[in-house]
Amino acid sequence: MGLLVIFIQKVIGQGIGILYGALGEILTEKSGNLNLGIPGMMYMGGIAGLIGAFLYENSASAPNGLVGMLISFLCAFLCAAFGGLIYSILTITLKANQNVTGLALTTFGVGFGNFFGGSLSKLAGGVGQISVAVTGQAFKTPIPGLSKLGLLGQALFSYGFMTYLGIALAIALALFLNKTRKGLNLRAVGESPATADAAGIHVTAYKYLATCIGGGLSGLGGLYFVMEYSGGTWTNNGFGDRGWLAIALVIFALWKPVGAIWGSLLFGGLYILYLYIPGLSRGSQEIFKALPYVVTIIVLIISSLRKKREHQPPESLGQAYFREER
Amino acid sequence: MMKGKEPLFQTAKRESIEPWKAWMIRLIAVFLSLVVCSGIIIALTGLNPIEVYKGIIEGAVGTKRRVWMTIRDTLVLLCIAVGITPAFKMRFWNIGAEGQILIGGVTSAAMMIYFGNTLPPLILFPLMLLGSAIAAMIWACIPAFFKAYWDTNETLFTLMMNYVAMQVITFCIIFWENPKGSNSVGTINSATKGGWLPKLFGLEYGWNLVIVLGLTIAMYFYLKHSKQGYEISVVGESGNTARYAGINVKKVIMRTVALSGALCGIAGFIIVSGASHTISTSTAGGRGFTAIIVSWLSKFNTFAMILVSFFLVFMQKGAGQIASQFNLNENASDVITGIILFFILGCEFFIDYEVRFRGGKRSSAE
Amino acid sequence: MNENYAIELKNITKRFGKVTANDKVCLSVKRGEILSILGENGSGKTTLMNMISGIYYPDEGQIAVNGKEVSIRSPKDSFDLGIGMIHQHFKLVEVFTAAENIILGLPGQELLDRKAVTKKINSLTAKYGFDLDPDQKIYTMSVSQKQTVEIVKLLYRGVDLLILDEPTAVLTPQEADRLFAVLRNMRKAGHSIIIITHKLNEVLTLSDRVSVLRKGQYIGTIDTKEATEESLTEMMVGKKVSLNIERPDPVSPKKRLEVQGLTCISKEGVTALENASFVANSGEILGIAGVAGSGQRELLEAIAGLIPSARGSALYYPPEGGEKELTIMSAADIAKAGVRLSFVPEDRLGMGLVGTMDLTDNVMLRSYKKGRSFFADRRSPKALAEKLIHELGIATPGTSIPVRKLSGGNVQKVLVGREIASAPAVLLVAYPVRGLDIHSSHTIYNLLNKQKKNGTAVICVGEDLDVLMELCDSIIVMCGGTISGIVDGRTATKEEIGKLMMKTGGIQE
Repeated sequence: MGLLVIFIQKVIGQGIGILYGALGEILTEKSGNLNLGIPGMMYMGGIAGLIGAFLYENSASAPNGLVGMLISFLCAFLCAAFGGLIYSILTITLKANQNVTGLALTTFGVGFGNFFGGSLSKLAGGVGQISVAVTGQAFKTPIPGLSKLGLLGQALFSYGFMTYLGIALAIALALFLNKTRKGLNLRAVGESPATADAAGIHVTAYKYLATCIGGGLSGLGGLYFVMEYSGGTWTNNGFGDRGWLAIALVIFALWKPVGAIWGSLLFGGLYILYLYIPGLSRGSQEIFKALPYVVTIIVLIISSLRKKREHQPPESLGQAYFREER
Repeated sequence: MMKGKEPLFQTAKRESIEPWKAWMIRLIAVFLSLVVCSGIIIALTGLNPIEVYKGIIEGAVGTKRRVWMTIRDTLVLLCIAVGITPAFKMRFWNIGAEGQILIGGVTSAAMMIYFGNTLPPLILFPLMLLGSAIAAMIWACIPAFFKAYWDTNETLFTLMMNYVAMQVITFCIIFWENPKGSNSVGTINSATKGGWLPKLFGLEYGWNLVIVLGLTIAMYFYLKHSKQGYEISVVGESGNTARYAGINVKKVIMRTVALSGALCGIAGFIIVSGASHTISTSTAGGRGFTAIIVSWLSKFNTFAMILVSFFLVFMQKGAGQIASQFNLNENASDVITGIILFFILGCEFFIDYEVRFRGGKRSSAE
Repeated sequence: MNENYAIELKNITKRFGKVTANDKVCLSVKRGEILSILGENGSGKTTLMNMISGIYYPDEGQIAVNGKEVSIRSPKDSFDLGIGMIHQHFKLVEVFTAAENIILGLPGQELLDRKAVTKKINSLTAKYGFDLDPDQKIYTMSVSQKQTVEIVKLLYRGVDLLILDEPTAVLTPQEADRLFAVLRNMRKAGHSIIIITHKLNEVLTLSDRVSVLRKGQYIGTIDTKEATEESLTEMMVGKKVSLNIERPDPVSPKKRLEVQGLTCISKEGVTALENASFVANSGEILGIAGVAGSGQRELLEAIAGLIPSARGSALYYPPEGGEKELTIMSAADIAKAGVRLSFVPEDRLGMGLVGTMDLTDNVMLRSYKKGRSFFADRRSPKALAEKLIHELGIATPGTSIPVRKLSGGNVQKVLVGREIASAPAVLLVAYPVRGLDIHSSHTIYNLLNKQKKNGTAVICVGEDLDVLMELCDSIIVMCGGTISGIVDGRTATKEEIGKLMMKTGGIQE
């Protein structure tokens, strides 16, 4: 029983960061933009959050965890949204190729994160190991009371607020896309920008907003890894290829935010499954780590075989929109 | 009556542009990006940016050794870019070069480990080259098959294949690891140099040079003058026309992606046998992605790719040098590369479009 | 301007380059009236409607809505005046439901109240007699249902004047009847409707008045009560105009292509071509007349091996003997089997040529496989391109210019020139002079005649009856996917062909 609780905790720890990245990418792709810069924006968000908290803790005499949390949260969101803005300007206004721009953004963002992560202490005047203990602790504070409820409490309520926020955001995003006028308009932009344009929807504005906010959301995924997963410290390439896993999750979830919740748990589970299968050599453990990607490929193949319309990517995904010339 | 305000600026697609003008726009973009980078460098470090750029040049080509390192890495990047180009020209978004390089590299590494000290070089090297090419070809054909027959999205498929390849490589590394528990293969055959590409004409990277430049030239002629290259262009432009011209589209997709994968495999061979003499998960090191940018910016012209890859490697090497010189971190090079790429990608718009500002003045945004 | 008119057009003129698409057209629609606009393809109907819906802006003339003069510069302007147009290509989001498409982009309370929307849609559909499930997804709908969504979308937005561009072209007769019933209900409710068509029976059963256009000219408007099929046909096709196209007599014609019972079923399951049978002889030009979408394209593409046929055969009889069945072969197989068949498709830059490639590369599109060499021979295509430039007077700076940069006439010369250069025994051409000026058109006629004199069997799909009647030795008339008659090009009258096109005459042999 205790083992199961630890397994669940680890699954959630792996899954939530990916969930944020996937939610950001879902919002972005719903506007027709395939942003392969997600891994980069996650790094940007992570490091910006860390820097924000770091500067705050270093300047305040008695840093308050809540304030540090708020500052790092804002920094992470805005910095990653800035990544989305770069992508938007290049692909929407300047009509650059989406795949190439996204990959360049990933190069930039990962470099950005590792650069500042690696040289932060030096830039700040050689303060030694970077640690934002107070803010990190604030991010990890579980729900008071509920987390004490025995095993169930440990399994479900022992996490920091970002875990619950991630799930809430997924549900909110689902409601936005399916139940509101703006959500409907946004989906129309991603499916058929010409139709949306003819219906009087401001296609460019929708694309910009969705891509920037989506970037900001994915940046929160980076913040999660830095603050809750690593407790407020930075290691270069610390969250590895999880940005790509987020893009895989979007496909796996068939572009549905609520599906991404279950998917993130499944991916998290598959990612650490090797720890729980007895008798695996270190080598075969590595093969197990490929499972999330293999599963995604299978989903991709099956959905292309079944050709069910609701399971396809947004129709205009990856294409720039040109209004027909008159 | 219903006249609205005239928009701030209007854009119109250009009919044509003189090549010198296009290159001027690109040059200006690179210049602007360097200005922006300078600003960032000053803001962060307070260093004189001129010194920093001097340091870049110093780092990339300052010594003979550095020149050769720059050339070596340019060749690898060029080889990958040349490899993915036929698929791109066909509008097949192969972003799986990373994985194809790894698969090619691991095949070479396997042969080095098992035959490196037994087979004569005359058999060993062709076998390594061919083996790497075939292994990567098969790896690339999996997404191509699904694309050709069921129209499965190749961008996402090839992307996922990279990470499957990554885990396969990690598995192999642990299988071969030396010394045990180090999580790395170490330098393969460091004593015997079995399976290391030998010097050619006294040049350490002579073979790399010959193979990659040979492939670059061959690819130029293949795309430009062969019947298959012609078919690639037609399929890339319009499936309807391809059908009308009697081209078997499925066959062309499979064949082209197979070729593309094979060349990426050869790049893996060159990295492992001709440069690093080991295999690790960073053997490809993101160059499969960078090569996409190289191919795209070169407009599929393989000779332009030589310049573009050299430029990017130059910047990376140089930035790496200033990083250590000024006690920054080596990732500064990725940041600078990223900024330069943003500007170059953005400037293509001003080559394809004419921008007219309110007031009727025409400007090419120069 | 008269206030009784929902819309009134006066002396509207629109030119595209040298071509005048509309020349001083006048038109008016009363409130609560259905007006038909009748005309052949290329008569300027769609251009005229595009000016009402804000896609084009007229060069000359005035438009008045409800008696007030207006200027319509964008689709939004048109929409704000209560005008809505339904194009032949629907603008709908396929994965959305009908209701979602109908409310798309509309202002209102942020949280969607689907029940209220459904209720409002249902009251609209009940009022006018539509058959529509608001929760059905568009991609599961038939063409007729999609059209219904488009109409309801406009009504939901409070449109007064509805324009329908050939609404029945894609409908079965039963679906068309249902549409007409709905349109009549809308008329009763005070809406004004313009319907663009070239089907006479629809004009007579549905509309109150008919306006006729011919080649961009406004011919006149009459009350439907006073119109007959004969009078309308005559207004539409006009008197025969002499074009001075040469027509040499065929010399010793021999059977080159025999089509028997050819039937094609489209991907959507519609029978696009039914039981077509005819013979094409060497040294003759066989014309194919009919309104667009009567099965001409399917006929040519099935022969050329581009689409599969469901039934029937197309036998090719080469001059050297040994006939071959074409319908079982793909385009690649046909070329490989040595069948000398050339095809000038309707979609020049989308199928016949690659716009971004230069002249040389386009000239070799159908022959690049020749020879055993791994490399493509570009020397002879370049020579051929230069020869074509010289012989056909193609205006281009050279052979290395992307063809999309050439004008329409020159593009067509490249395409026809290439197809003729391979010395075909059978030459299929679709709409060879569409969009071309008179001079270029005559170049193309001369090319076709030269092929005819060389003993080629030419099959030419056209839309201008005057041209077909002067150029062709015999003319196949198609209507609704079948061959409604084959007439002699020298003796047939325009009325006769017009009736066959409209299926108002009997089947003749």
